[in-house]
Amino acid sequence: MASETLAIAPTGLSTRSLAERLHEWAVTVDHKRLGILYIGYALVFLVIGGVEATIMRVQLAVPNNHFVSPQVFNRMFTMHGTTMIFFVAMPILFGFSNYTVPLMIGARDMAFPRLNAWGFWMSALGGIILYFSFIGGFGLYGAGSAPDVGWFAYAPLTSPAFSVGHSTDYWIVGLLVSGFGSIATALNVMTTILCMRCPGMKLGRMPLFVWMNTVMAGLVLVAIGPLTAAQLMLLIDRYLGGHFFDTQAGGSAVIWMHFFWIFGHPEVYILVLPAFAIVSEVIPVFSRKPIFGYSIMVAATVSIGFISLGVWAHHMFTVGMTSYANAFFVASTAAIAVPTGIKIFNWVGTMWGGKIIYKTPMLFCVAFLCQFLIAGLTGIMLATAPFDWQLGNSYFVVAHFHYVILGGIVMAVFAGSYYWYPKVLGKMMNETLGKWHFWLFVIGFHLTFDFMHVPGLLGMPRRVYTYEASRGWEIWNLIVSIGVIFQIIGILLWVADVIWSYYKGEIAGNDPWDAWTLEWHTTSPPPEYNYAEIPVIRSRRPLWDLKHPEDPDWKYE
Amino acid sequence: MAAATITVPQSDMPLSANLRGKVGMWCLIIAESAIFSIFVVAYLYYAGKSLSGPTPAQVLDVPYFTSICLFSSSLTILLAEKALHHGNVKRFGVFWFLTIALGVIFLIGTGREWYRLIYQDGLTISTNLFGTTFYSLVGLHAFHVTVGLIGLTVIWLFTLFGAVKQEHSERINVFAMYWHFVDAIWVVVLSVVYFITR
Ligand SMILES: [Cu+2]
Repeated sequence: MASETLAIAPTGLSTRSLAERLHEWAVTVDHKRLGILYIGYALVFLVIGGVEATIMRVQLAVPNNHFVSPQVFNRMFTMHGTTMIFFVAMPILFGFSNYTVPLMIGARDMAFPRLNAWGFWMSALGGIILYFSFIGGFGLYGAGSAPDVGWFAYAPLTSPAFSVGHSTDYWIVGLLVSGFGSIATALNVMTTILCMRCPGMKLGRMPLFVWMNTVMAGLVLVAIGPLTAAQLMLLIDRYLGGHFFDTQAGGSAVIWMHFFWIFGHPEVYILVLPAFAIVSEVIPVFSRKPIFGYSIMVAATVSIGFISLGVWAHHMFTVGMTSYANAFFVASTAAIAVPTGIKIFNWVGTMWGGKIIYKTPMLFCVAFLCQFLIAGLTGIMLATAPFDWQLGNSYFVVAHFHYVILGGIVMAVFAGSYYWYPKVLGKMMNETLGKWHFWLFVIGFHLTFDFMHVPGLLGMPRRVYTYEASRGWEIWNLIVSIGVIFQIIGILLWVADVIWSYYKGEIAGNDPWDAWTLEWHTTSPPPEYNYAEIPVIRSRRPLWDLKHPEDPDWKYE
Repeated sequence: MAAATITVPQSDMPLSANLRGKVGMWCLIIAESAIFSIFVVAYLYYAGKSLSGPTPAQVLDVPYFTSICLFSSSLTILLAEKALHHGNVKRFGVFWFLTIALGVIFLIGTGREWYRLIYQDGLTISTNLFGTTFYSLVGLHAFHVTVGLIGLTVIWLFTLFGAVKQEHSERINVFAMYWHFVDAIWVVVLSVVYFITR
């Protein structure tokens, strides 16, 4: 082993030139580096998507505002939605699963390391294509504009008559290309989990993080295809004169909605399952108890995966469907509340009676639990067709799904970042900055998204670029916009913490949290080959067994 | 890890890493099936909804011969796989070439059909909904056949230069799975386009 250690020792040193090191990152096939690349790339787009959101909130802070034109506003909400879903949330969660899954299952890399690199660079290319529309939206004229059709791009808005120029094509092709990357990554994650586990790692002994990423990968495999197909059809319509979504030739605009949401709803679970995965690792460690109801959690995850494939048309109640379709999609959507409720119950059950340690990762998990519960409750309200007829396409909906994404997914990502940072970079993050980040961001989140429900209830539709005074919406919109300031400061503190800790943070050691899963067994940061010796495990908490040979878990499982 | 000395019972051993090619290919097949199923749904949904002619009944003939060729290519590739498994590279090369030939015949058949449809019957992708959905679905399949043929040809060239040996049998099996999938999809496309909705 000594020679191997020597061979990789220079990785941490800066004796090589910047070009050499950049080249190393560009050609890497190491799952850990690709994971970091995914996360870094997502953070760049997080800033871009955040700026777009801020522009919208400045515009809507007061009535009759002229900060941006209606055209620019349309581009902002389109780019904000597309960017945040496809180029922030997905890559950052893929990054977590890329980095962590092989370590957790005791593997030296993913099943297909080169395909892994391909997947990342395709996703990256997709984002670049989307943003190139700002330059190339009108082709060779060198003038451009971003797409302005909304992130779900309903027909006939995307037809050549209403989407002049190429901005919509950049949207289509960008998502198509990043979709190929996502499928490649999902294929890789799935195969890695099925084939690369260390001896003793039966399916029933995998950490819940790995289980939930398995289901996520399965959902990507079945759900991205419909989006790819719909995008191809749209390209055929736009370039070859096809009629898929052309109502004048007998085509249907509604079928685009179906195809989009057949992808769009499972996408929510593609994003939220990895968030569940993070929470399921952090809560047990910081409650000093094994997860409550492991097998029920697995069952709930798998059933969420299946049910989520049959609920898509709850996004379409306001379109007008038959009463049978409405009844079916109300019922199937409500059914998802059961496994999700089980999960929340089990997380609380894990904390119950535990010695809870309120370090930053745990704080974010507690916020996640409360906020995700509320998001679920407004979700059930919106899943009820008559309620949705009243409030569909209002700011109530916007508040609901931001509660899911920011209140749920982003909180889990923050928790995961504080939790695994010591493993990735070998340093602890600063707790004080972390707590400031937590409180400012949570306060900002609640100012923005709690109060955003109100203008929705008062009838404010989404995607309006401005509104008149005297509707009773002004004060609420102002509070919503003020909340953004707190969130920005919170995020800046997070970035500051990440950078500061890299240089000044305490040395973490292998296992700073006294955790139980395999990734804490290797060094921080792990060597390129992860494990000098492939571990052999006998229970769900191999590190517990190692630390407590007198009372190991495998005696009871 | 200290536990390294423990012997693990066979029932606790996960799938072998040698299977990863097959598992990966299954994942690809699932993802591809999802793409195809949406095109099939669109075809079925728009069947008979064209506002103008020509209709499928007027212009489509069941491509019996080329379909039989494509289905037989699944058999020849299976025989090729068997041959390589037993180390008979020569026999492998012959059946592999037959597979390519049958695939090419299928593509030529599609090309002739499209030529006739476009120049005699005046059906293009923009003529009506039938044209749009027909060329998209059949074209998507033909694209997959083309990709498969490129892969088959590359492997055949490797065989000619003696680079394919018995130890590559597993990898050849993985690639053959893709070809079987392309054939299986044709069962669906053939029945939907030429039988169910014609
Ligand atoms: Cu949904």
